[in-house]
Amino acid sequence: MIPLSWYMALAAILFAIGTYGFLIRRNIIIMMLSIELMLNAVNINMVAMSHYLDSLTGHVFTLFIITVAAAEAAIGLGLIIVLFRNKKSVYVDQINELKG
Amino acid sequence: MLNQFAFLYCASVIIGTALLAVRFKNPVYSVLSVLVLFFHMGGLYLLLNAEFIAAVQVIVYAGAILVLYLFVLFLVSLKDEIKIDRFVNNRRLATAASVGFGICLLYIIPSFKLGAKGDFTVERITNLTHTKAMGFELYSTFLLPFEVAGLILLIAVIGGLVLARKEDEVQK
Repeated sequence: MIPLSWYMALAAILFAIGTYGFLIRRNIIIMMLSIELMLNAVNINMVAMSHYLDSLTGHVFTLFIITVAAAEAAIGLGLIIVLFRNKKSVYVDQINELKG
Repeated sequence: MLNQFAFLYCASVIIGTALLAVRFKNPVYSVLSVLVLFFHMGGLYLLLNAEFIAAVQVIVYAGAILVLYLFVLFLVSLKDEIKIDRFVNNRRLATAASVGFGICLLYIIPSFKLGAKGDFTVERITNLTHTKAMGFELYSTFLLPFEVAGLILLIAVIGGLVLARKEDEVQK
């Protein structure tokens, strides 16, 4: 039997790696990929807790999170394509029009 | 015992590929290592008796979302990506912040306590099959959120089409 805390520790480490990638990379596509990593960390927690609590609510919520992640990827990548068409760059430190 | 080995294997591959994905110079390698990560995530869901979620993970995440990422990577020019510095300037601060955040998350885990148990035991889910059990739950308790999820997908389709269109077609 695997203890629940193993799953929670894995989710915590994966979430921290996701924040690390989001903060450190310049490429906005890899930043969005890091957001997907964080969403997956949340999904592990949801499914593990729901398994140990004899419930299906976490599974259903995981399904909704996957739906929202798909929508987020479609809209976000569309925005990145528009950004690249206008600015010829996908690096976040070169996108500073609003900086005074 | 075998389950623990399977968990440790999946967990180590997940952490390793996640670290590689945020460190790789070539973004295509990053996306491919995230693909390996998603497959092992599906393995973890199988360990937790969530067959339907494992299938959805592989089909939707690995099959649809990552292909979308690869297409956008190929649309966006990659010529200078290999030469240019891939990290932001204040990388020390970013590393310290994320490592501290991870230590905080790990530190608060022992204070977690499980709540009241529900009525979907493992035997009941196995007897019903996981997909059927999820269908019962999805179409009774979570009917309205399910409809809203469909609406979100519709908005995502329309938004993606509108955003990816060429600018001069909009002005006509």
